[in-house]
Amino acid sequence: MTQRALALGKDLVGLEHLSAEQIQVFLDTAEAFKEISERPIKKVPVLRGKTIVNLFFEPSTRTRISFEFAEKRLSADTVNIATTASSVAKGETLVDTARNLEAMRIDMVVVRHWASGAAKFLAERIRSNVINAGDGAHEHPTQGLLDLLTIRDHRGRVAGLNVCIVGDILHSRVARSNIWGLLKLGANVAVCSPKTLLPPGIADLGVTVLRRIEEAIEWADVLNVLRLQLERMQAGYVPSLREYNRVFGVSKVRLARAQREILILHPGPMNRGVEIDSDVADGPHSMILAQVTNGVAVRMAVLYLLAGGEPEKAEAAKTAEGA
Amino acid sequence: MRPILLRGGRVIDPGQRLDATRDLLLQDGLVTAIAPQLAAPDDAEVLEVRGLAVCPGLIDLHVHLREPGGEHKETIATGARAAAAGGFTAVCAMPNTDPAIDDPAAVGFVLAEGRRAGGARVYPTGAISVGQKGERLTEVGELVHAGAVAITDDGYPVMDSGLMRIALEYSQTFGIPVADHPEDLRLSAGGVMNEGLVATRLGLRGIPRTSEDVMIVRDLLLGDLTQGRIHLQHVSTAGGADAIRAAKARGVPVTAEVTPHHLLLTEEAVEAYRTDAKMKPPLRTAADTEALRAALADGTIDCVATDHAPHHYDEKEQAFDDAPFGIVGLETALGLLITKLVKPGLLDLASLVDRMSCGPARAFSLPGGTLAPKSVADVTVFDPAGEWVVDRASFYSKSQNSPFVGWKLTGRAKITIVGGKIVWKDG
Repeated sequence: MTQRALALGKDLVGLEHLSAEQIQVFLDTAEAFKEISERPIKKVPVLRGKTIVNLFFEPSTRTRISFEFAEKRLSADTVNIATTASSVAKGETLVDTARNLEAMRIDMVVVRHWASGAAKFLAERIRSNVINAGDGAHEHPTQGLLDLLTIRDHRGRVAGLNVCIVGDILHSRVARSNIWGLLKLGANVAVCSPKTLLPPGIADLGVTVLRRIEEAIEWADVLNVLRLQLERMQAGYVPSLREYNRVFGVSKVRLARAQREILILHPGPMNRGVEIDSDVADGPHSMILAQVTNGVAVRMAVLYLLAGGEPEKAEAAKTAEGA
Repeated sequence: MRPILLRGGRVIDPGQRLDATRDLLLQDGLVTAIAPQLAAPDDAEVLEVRGLAVCPGLIDLHVHLREPGGEHKETIATGARAAAAGGFTAVCAMPNTDPAIDDPAAVGFVLAEGRRAGGARVYPTGAISVGQKGERLTEVGELVHAGAVAITDDGYPVMDSGLMRIALEYSQTFGIPVADHPEDLRLSAGGVMNEGLVATRLGLRGIPRTSEDVMIVRDLLLGDLTQGRIHLQHVSTAGGADAIRAAKARGVPVTAEVTPHHLLLTEEAVEAYRTDAKMKPPLRTAADTEALRAALADGTIDCVATDHAPHHYDEKEQAFDDAPFGIVGLETALGLLITKLVKPGLLDLASLVDRMSCGPARAFSLPGGTLAPKSVADVTVFDPAGEWVVDRASFYSKSQNSPFVGWKLTGRAKITIVGGKIVWKDG
């Protein structure tokens, strides 16, 4: 299938509007790119001459570095812009920032923003490819893809698996991208969280709502455990982190009730002892570091495909000699 | 001032149960005669309006003219002209300006600027609380003396039920209504659109209908307690409409308004993060629009008000969370409602005139709302069959933040007459 037939489009703002085939192409291409990061010289000339801006309006370590590694390993030229609250306060609007960047003739923008819809907003206003690195509580598509890839790596498939997302669904872009990706690839999806952190109407997306973590563990093949941000407690969604851990924390004792070999995912950064206990995070079920490794491969695949690379040429592209 | 004879129009005056071809004579700022055929006085300006509808001037109880403080969005002058172009002969300016209209000098300023504008009449409203802070009652008597026709903290809902009670009691001395923007700010905190599946998909914080219903019910109960005149602004929920219907049945002195957008659009309009569909209260669901149309038709809701809320292009050209709430409405209201309610037979034209003219006049005890002889010569002439397309470039308002741009509409204001003087004429 050619990219034209797949019509991946100019941008990646979310998984909601992708087809299962399009998602598979991202995953298959990522599979091909994994090997680059295992080489002694981790660099191929796939994106040589391309200029990519990592535009982060929100603090991020993992995602930003993962994108940066992916870009550098594909030989792109990259610039990182981290706008703190204080420089945004200088008054330049999102669209002006983007247009100024574009005036410097860039090819792609990787954007992280605290407002839902910011990536789409940008994508509609500039000619460069826009990759959403997380917008508000909307989507974080590359995280969704790397979670899918990790599940596929360890279970050989996604279809038919029971995957439960645990924690703050309300504020989570990771949850939404996971829900769309998992549903499209045929998984059974559940969410488990205090009702205060569950977005209204979530069941209408086609997911099951589980009230207790014990139920989730008994049901699931995969648990994707989300970070509980301290601010949520301060805002009163949960009375205390201690109680959250006691009621919703994924612990070794609780995992003993699992009906089958369970995979534990976590998008990071973890709050050890809150949503996940250390003996689980560091235990044999944990896929957390595999997710991080896959993150780089997934982002390489996304950059490559959006830059116009054809899926079937990925293998050839990464073995091409640098001139 | 020359007399005006409107000849041969379809005169719709619900107050007189009139819907027939009549001539209408306006002299010295008043309606002086209405008959099948009138002779034109010597110096009269005769307007042939055959095929057009002639009705008591449209009145909008809820507009934001932004002056003072927000002149880049709208001024009293541009707003009054936009109103006239939309067929409105009078508008009520909300007091949530900067500074708020909470003292008699500020009321006087709005009144004076409105008179200078030479468009629709501009009636000031005053704040309920000093600085619209929700703490201390304004000098309501002074505000009314200066020209305020109602008090409201629109934009800053009155969360303090004790203050609302006092406002409803104290205002009775002056015979003015207390208008409330019913919203429990704790329940709506952080919300930017209706709570539900669309918000969940878009990752936007929802505003539950309950945040509005709770306050509507509170206000109605305070109406029971105080017998003060309460006017509920921009009702957007089926639950709110039901509560108002029940309260009217038990005799609460309540009136209510609904906006064209809450009658016609649902939360689906927000898809793709359209900031021109961001307003408060937010667009709700199809069940709500249906209930609101029924409530408008049966008179539970007394009037249509636009909640005309101009915002500068730059302010709406932002991420959804960052864009301000509100849309313009003065220049699209009449066409929208004829197209979407009258044409499909959901409301007859006389009832639409009632809800856009007579109902508002009654709710705020304003002049107009009738063409009976000796009433004020505020008249709207419109073409109920005139087709047009909503075009940003044609707006008289300083702002163009409308979700209706590009809509093909039937029904358009042709002549707007205020106090016997033509303030706007199409073409």
